[in-house]
Amino acid sequence: MSAAREHYRAQFAQREAELPGATLPWLRRQRAEALERFAERGLPTLRDEDWKYTNVAAIEKRPFETRPAAANGLAAREVARFALDRCQRVVFVNGRFVPELSRLDALAGATIGSLAAALAREPGRVEAVLAAEPAAAHGFAALNAAFWSDGLWIDLAPGTVVEAPLHALYLTLPDGGASPATFPLNVVSAAGGAGVTLLEHYVGPDDAIYLTDAVTRIVAGEGATVRHMRLQQEGRRAFHIAEVGAAQATGSRFDSLALAFGAMLSRAGIATRFDGEGCSTELLGLYVGDGRRHFDHHTLIDHAHPRGVSREFYKGVLDGAARAVFNGRVVVRPDAQRTDALQANHNLLLSDEAEVDTKPQLEIYADDVKCSHGATVGQIDPVQRFYLRARGIDDAQAQALLVRAFAAEIVERVRFAPLRARLQGLLPGQIADEMGVSPCAEPVTN
Amino acid sequence: MLEIRNLHVSVEGKPILRGIDLDLRAGEVHAIMGPNGSGKSTLAHVLAGRDGYVVTDGEVRYRGQDLLALAPEERAHEGVFLAFQYPVEIPGVANVYLLKAALNALRKHRGEAELDAMDFLALVRDKLGLMEMDEALLYRAVNQGFSGGEKKRNEILQMAVLEPRLAILDETDSGLDIDALKVVANGVNALRNPERAIVLVTHYQRLLDHIVPDRVHVLAQGRIARSGGPELARELEARGYGWIEAQAGEGGREAAPEAGEAGR
Repeated sequence: MSAAREHYRAQFAQREAELPGATLPWLRRQRAEALERFAERGLPTLRDEDWKYTNVAAIEKRPFETRPAAANGLAAREVARFALDRCQRVVFVNGRFVPELSRLDALAGATIGSLAAALAREPGRVEAVLAAEPAAAHGFAALNAAFWSDGLWIDLAPGTVVEAPLHALYLTLPDGGASPATFPLNVVSAAGGAGVTLLEHYVGPDDAIYLTDAVTRIVAGEGATVRHMRLQQEGRRAFHIAEVGAAQATGSRFDSLALAFGAMLSRAGIATRFDGEGCSTELLGLYVGDGRRHFDHHTLIDHAHPRGVSREFYKGVLDGAARAVFNGRVVVRPDAQRTDALQANHNLLLSDEAEVDTKPQLEIYADDVKCSHGATVGQIDPVQRFYLRARGIDDAQAQALLVRAFAAEIVERVRFAPLRARLQGLLPGQIADEMGVSPCAEPVTN
Repeated sequence: MLEIRNLHVSVEGKPILRGIDLDLRAGEVHAIMGPNGSGKSTLAHVLAGRDGYVVTDGEVRYRGQDLLALAPEERAHEGVFLAFQYPVEIPGVANVYLLKAALNALRKHRGEAELDAMDFLALVRDKLGLMEMDEALLYRAVNQGFSGGEKKRNEILQMAVLEPRLAILDETDSGLDIDALKVVANGVNALRNPERAIVLVTHYQRLLDHIVPDRVHVLAQGRIARSGGPELARELEARGYGWIEAQAGEGGREAAPEAGEAGR
């Protein structure tokens, strides 16, 4: 047995009794089974097809501390730094919900807050949602299922529409010593006709090695709309592994926006399954990084029923020796006639050492379908650069402008205005503020 | 304003310009004509500072300084403007943003305050009127989805906003119908003044019916084969380029007379 398996087994034995729901037999069993699953499989290796470009050996080697560090005095300042306007806020520090830093509006039909608190308050309801949880797809998901101590809980009664977007902020603030790991488990249950927009936002310091191992489960009932966004802004030395899984009932909509700017190594698996007719989904992604950062996005859209529509656009900008993996799998099952699926992944490499592995993967078993995909890897167009410079724009500015122009296709689709504004600042290079004149063009309608 | 001495330029190791001499004074309009492949566009691009054009001999002085030592953006700041033969599409960057960023870069270099949004828009609207352009084009991506005529007008719009000291128009007339040609020519004529010099690179004489040059130079095989007044353009229209090429060929047949026109 590997050192990692021994380590997490020992941690689990120590901590089992203090984890939320330790007195609930169904949850104890679920955690124990997850740990067994992890013990059998361990963490993924390059021999796993789904992980062949993402080496997690560095995570395997480090004995992460699963006991959450106490929240410290820096949290309030960090929350102020990352807060976004015009939204409700749920703050987790080192994996634990912090009510005094959160800001939630009461809304009839909506329960929004901490999963651990919901478990204490209404264990039956949490069990009903979590019992349906699929078996962990890989070792990281298994570790999350075994060790989760808190996360976001959103439970919407039929027809309940939450207007203000929800900003869930996950701060890791190590207190020195061991490298901490947090295991957020987020659960969104939107009953028929309900609607919610949420942003998971992961941040941490640049000088600490830590692991975020997050799982998000989303259930969209009939005609429900769930708009899910994630902004990965972890510290420079952090590891970030996340799985987002959605199950969509008839006529529901699930949108996903995956933004990755931080961490040394990050992986986001995003999957949705159409469990009824006429579902729609839009998966957007943007990853931007330099240095030796590694980004991995694995997506799966499972068209299991007819008349589903999926749109997927991922873009990446890589500088230095950064590396990205994109694997976009679209499955159209035999019954899923009249499926309409479109996928594209475009990458911009700013240096000779940057690298991308992109793989669209379409599996079509129905015959009356409209599907297309495309992937490109390119560089800044020297003619565009010269054109801008010939107009007096200096070289650095020209590059920054062309990077923004490249990212605009994703950025402009971000409906949540405070996040869209924040993104401009996260893109590399500085562009001159032309006093109210936006660099972004109005979209060309073809 | 501009002195070109014995300019030799190679592209990908191939000599294109083989000893150009040209003097341009403020207030003058010079036309550079010549057959395809004679080096007209190469000359326009090398003056604007495009990469990949290697100056192997000669010099270019602009208002007393070494133009070739300046980066493209520095040339723009000093008042050099190239209207592109093929205006570049830049998806995602608004036309109005480029105009404002370009103008403010210029003003900053001159130590002037940036224009505020109101003054800037008033200026741009004035120039849009001159070019008979729809204001909606300002908010579209640079040149994206523009018709050929709109792209060329957009180049002259930029020139009108930036008010360069030296404007080089690279085949601005190509691909224009007669109405668009008149609008573009009117735009250029409106910018003629005693402080500004303009170089018109063109294959055809018809632009010169609308913008009458002070001097006409004919490029053949990388050299100025002949210079004269506006009447030279009319002579070319009547006789074609063959006779000039034949004359130029006498002098340098051995040195790659078939040199292709680069920089497209």
